[in-house]
Amino acid sequence: MNAFGWLQATVFFGLVLVLAKPVGLYMARVFEGERTLLTPIFEPLESAWYRLCRIRPEREMGWATYLFSVLAFSAVGLAYLYILLRTQKWLPLNPQGFDNLPPDLAWNSAVSFMTNTNWQFYSGESTMSYLSQMSGLAWHNFVSAAAGIAVAIAVIRGVSRTERTTLGNFWVDLVRACLYVLLPICIVGSLAFAWQGMPQNFAPYHTIATAEGAPQTITGGPIASQEIIKELGTNGGGFVNANSSSPNENPTPFTNLLEMLAMFLIPAGLTYTYGRYVKDQRAGWAVFAAMSVLFVAGFSAAYWAEAAGNPIVHHLGVAGPNLEGKETRFGVPASALFGTISTDTSTGAVNSMHDSWTPLGGLVPLVNMQLGEVAFGGVGTGLYGMVLFIVLTVFIAGLMVGRTPEYLGKKIERREVQLAILGVLVLPLFALVPAAVSILLPIATATLGNAGVHGFSEVLYAFTSTTENNGSAFAGLGGNTYWNTVTGITMICGRFLFIVPAMALAGALAQKKAVPQTAGTFQTTSPIFVLLLVGVILIVGALTFFPADALGPVVEQLLMLEGRVQ
Amino acid sequence: MISARRLERRPGARSLFDRAIAARAIVDSFVKLDPRRQARNPVMFVVEVGAVIVASFFARDLLAGGRDVGFDFAIAVWLWFTVLFANFAEAIAEGRGKAQAEFLRRTKSDTRARRIVHDREEFVGAASLRAGDLVRVDAGELIPGDGDVVAGAAAVDESAMTGESAPVIREAGGDRSAVTGGTRVLSDTIQVRIGSDPGESFLDRMIALVEGARRQKTPNEIALSILLAGLTIVFVLAVATLGPFSIYAGTVQSVTVLIALLVCLIPTTIGGLLSAIGIAGMDRVLQRNVLATSGRAVEAAGDVDTLLLDKTGTITLGNRQATEIIVPTGVDPAEATRAAFFSSLPDETPEGRSIVILARRDASVVDDNSVPTGATFVPFSAYTRMSGLDLADGSAIRKGAPDAVRAWVRERKPEVAPAEDPLALTGEVERIARAGGTPLLLASDRRILGVIALKDVLKPNMRERFERLRAMGIRTVMITGDNPLTANAIASEAGVDDFLAEATPETKMGLIKREQELGRLVAMTGDGTNDAPALAQADVGVAMNSGTQAAKEAANMVDLDSDPTKLIEIVEIGKQLLMTRGALTTFSIANDVAKYFAILPAMFSIAYPEMQALNVMHLATPQSAILSAVIFNALIIIALVPLALRGVAYRPRGANAVLRDNVLVYGLGGILIPFVGIKAVDLILAALHLT
Repeated sequence: MNAFGWLQATVFFGLVLVLAKPVGLYMARVFEGERTLLTPIFEPLESAWYRLCRIRPEREMGWATYLFSVLAFSAVGLAYLYILLRTQKWLPLNPQGFDNLPPDLAWNSAVSFMTNTNWQFYSGESTMSYLSQMSGLAWHNFVSAAAGIAVAIAVIRGVSRTERTTLGNFWVDLVRACLYVLLPICIVGSLAFAWQGMPQNFAPYHTIATAEGAPQTITGGPIASQEIIKELGTNGGGFVNANSSSPNENPTPFTNLLEMLAMFLIPAGLTYTYGRYVKDQRAGWAVFAAMSVLFVAGFSAAYWAEAAGNPIVHHLGVAGPNLEGKETRFGVPASALFGTISTDTSTGAVNSMHDSWTPLGGLVPLVNMQLGEVAFGGVGTGLYGMVLFIVLTVFIAGLMVGRTPEYLGKKIERREVQLAILGVLVLPLFALVPAAVSILLPIATATLGNAGVHGFSEVLYAFTSTTENNGSAFAGLGGNTYWNTVTGITMICGRFLFIVPAMALAGALAQKKAVPQTAGTFQTTSPIFVLLLVGVILIVGALTFFPADALGPVVEQLLMLEGRVQ
Repeated sequence: MISARRLERRPGARSLFDRAIAARAIVDSFVKLDPRRQARNPVMFVVEVGAVIVASFFARDLLAGGRDVGFDFAIAVWLWFTVLFANFAEAIAEGRGKAQAEFLRRTKSDTRARRIVHDREEFVGAASLRAGDLVRVDAGELIPGDGDVVAGAAAVDESAMTGESAPVIREAGGDRSAVTGGTRVLSDTIQVRIGSDPGESFLDRMIALVEGARRQKTPNEIALSILLAGLTIVFVLAVATLGPFSIYAGTVQSVTVLIALLVCLIPTTIGGLLSAIGIAGMDRVLQRNVLATSGRAVEAAGDVDTLLLDKTGTITLGNRQATEIIVPTGVDPAEATRAAFFSSLPDETPEGRSIVILARRDASVVDDNSVPTGATFVPFSAYTRMSGLDLADGSAIRKGAPDAVRAWVRERKPEVAPAEDPLALTGEVERIARAGGTPLLLASDRRILGVIALKDVLKPNMRERFERLRAMGIRTVMITGDNPLTANAIASEAGVDDFLAEATPETKMGLIKREQELGRLVAMTGDGTNDAPALAQADVGVAMNSGTQAAKEAANMVDLDSDPTKLIEIVEIGKQLLMTRGALTTFSIANDVAKYFAILPAMFSIAYPEMQALNVMHLATPQSAILSAVIFNALIIIALVPLALRGVAYRPRGANAVLRDNVLVYGLGGILIPFVGIKAVDLILAALHLT
């Protein structure tokens, strides 16, 4: 570790801190239908769209209707993408003439992008036509992110409203998230990326002769425009297989910084939006603080582990940090930072191979996901995940002050606890159980790239990543019918079985009466509450996954320190 | 606070583990192993299922000659102990509560009642009485059930309920008509209309609250149970999947070890003590001589935001006392004092007596021999609002409400005496009223002689109590029939946050509804029939036992001591109840960290010796490590029974300070203590060569 590494992290986090307020404030105005700088430009488009789709923006929905709209929209999107991937051969914008995807891969990929996971069992540059990339994958990058933001806004409304039965209109929130939030930033961002040298064309791939005389294929395509939404929407699905470690997707240190910022921009801004809605900015900053603690802890651990390097390699006479699977253009700190951010959020983009990190370093992305991706988290998903943890924390801690627990003037009672615990159950159920089944199934283990402990780590990582809709991978899994099918199921369950209790919770909270705050109510904005919240997240996450992690990365690390791999 | 007298008398104040109660609790612990009962508590049910499985493995290995017979036996035994300890905690809490309740019930059981049916009387058992039955109770007999006196009046000994030996008068009509089953009539004969069916009286309901089988879970308890059940499922998933994971890793784990890990991880500490905490909370209420109709009411007391307190009897001593006599210029103070003295001597009201005491302080002016003879006492009436003396010589003395006395002065016949300024002392009268006192104007014929200041006397330490309540976030509102001026003065002297002056049952009801509209929980005390609607409307309504049956029926608690300040203690008990649950939940979950460090290295260090690095406690062998964790997990339940029964230490403070301290003690303590405990158990096991 060195001062320059810490400086990079500090500059990055400073920018997040500065940007959270303006972005959050802007989003609060957008979703409450107030006038913003961009209203004159987008308002006509917005109303035209409502007229076209017969959306009545003033009609608000109850939680069940809102939820049903989310599910219906996602189901239709899934069907559309599946059909597109199965027919791309006969459709335009396919200069490389790629074939249709087989059914299991089409299913897996369609689910993956619809759920904002972007788990990829394919290489983009040799599988997807430009049409599939743009109108299929990138389209889902937009709308799955917007749907996540919409659900978060509905949950925020649930927390902030009293004695109401409605949470807003899903279609309106969805359109506004796309139009006012994602689109403007993406236009600016893709121009910046193109300026930095990222390809943005419809040309076929170039084959050139290298200095050695060997032929090399240079990928083309509309990469810059897809890259920005990949990060901004915390999607993470690379245009090319090498994702953000490839110069085509991440040409310069500056684009690296922009990509990292794009991942945290909306999730961090949403904490401010949250404070704005609940009319207590400190509540928003408390959430921000808890997320920051988890982020800083994760990065520090990853940076330390990667900088310490691999003693086995050291014994071979190669001193220094662990550089396996890393781009030397970025080095250890920027790789550790990118990987931490990517798994703190639900992005899953990589600029280094997590599979090649030291076991302890690789444990950080894994644990980030196991904690529920709430350290800023996915766009929207991070915030509503955090609200569930807040409910649990308030319930346990609130009892200790001798009152029925309250959060922001709402009593946390049976129904709220029930829904929060249901949400918490989703991850262990779909990360651990399929992993336990798969690890003993020959059809599953047959395609594992690594045997032994690391093979287990890869399986555990895969199911954690898909259930949490992250999409990053330890690699090692061969994409066969089994994996395509099963991870498709865990992605769907991980996303929607979590959204159901989150929306129901929002509905329950919105109907509650406000209870006045007194000296008998403990502050949910104090440092002690932030620490408690972090404690509950860590303990619930760590206690659930510690045994599994112990058999994976933990034992790998201990073995490595002993100079062994198996 | 519990007085010394009650400490001797009340069974609840016995030592924590009374021998008789403990003996019965041990038997009950085994009875409660019935799986149908365990199913009420998902956490402990899982432990019992685990214990059955491990025991059956032990039995199989014993017959087949397995390898780990000793280890399986030890784990099985300690898993059964875990369940039994939890049962014992519940049983002992029940036992204490039952002892308390039986003490109250004893008097009740054998009562025979004289029921009046169509003007004829018949003897029936008290248990067969129904609501609406009419019974006659003679002197020396026990009243067979709760009800209202409908005819006659009698002195009743209520010491069985209240511990107060002085008899009280119970009479038909008015606010003193309620009688309680099990109390004894000392004089006269009364007819009582029974107010409730058997099994529904307060006592019966209270007994149900401390008996586990019939006890309804409170809303907060249900919410907590859901959380605990959810965590249990999480751990079942974590441990069940560990089986396949360890098979893949080539270090197959026995079912016994996995069950041991599961039992250590699920929140058995709070799961085992949860119902004991609830029952003990009810028991603490009962020890304070308060009967509650539901556990919900006690829990709600912890949430109370606004406390409505009657001024008289709660904030002030019942009686106002004379503090000074002020005279207008030109009047001899001695004359005024004498007039006050003479006119108050025959006055039996507390105010009158306090004037006599004040006047006697000036011995040079007043002596009992100078009392004028032939005077007639004119008692106070609500119509005249005055009292006084008509003297033999035709002159008169009056004292009373200032406007009434002034009117009297104006109307006195002019020939009796020359008129003087009837408006004298107007300023003084107002000053006394503004200071919260009651001015009594004193006049003789057409002269204003002076004004007597009567002041409410605050109960000692009330200001501190209200400050404590404020620190807890509870607003106090004083309810009084006084005018706003007086009320304001007393309110600020007592340190309450607000007051309701010139209160009527309607304005009181309105105040409760307004507070509730704002989302506040309201607690109040009351005794009269006209308090009943407000008692029913309030979230926590405490009726005085001296009050009417209607008030008691409307309330959700009855204070047998009829002490309105008891409400403050009930609030504290409610808070303590919730705090104990929260503290033990936090402790229970925090414990898991250490258990992982004990069990996981033990499980895997055979396949991966490097795992010993995680054996931070340096436990002797893998088997002793697992056994130590299981034993610690069982023993901590027993160790925490006293805490569960007594409740965590509670001092009224702001929520943030309470939270900080409890997080430190039960959160941080919960992480650290098991490291020490498990190591200690391991050392003992090693010393005894049991591993």
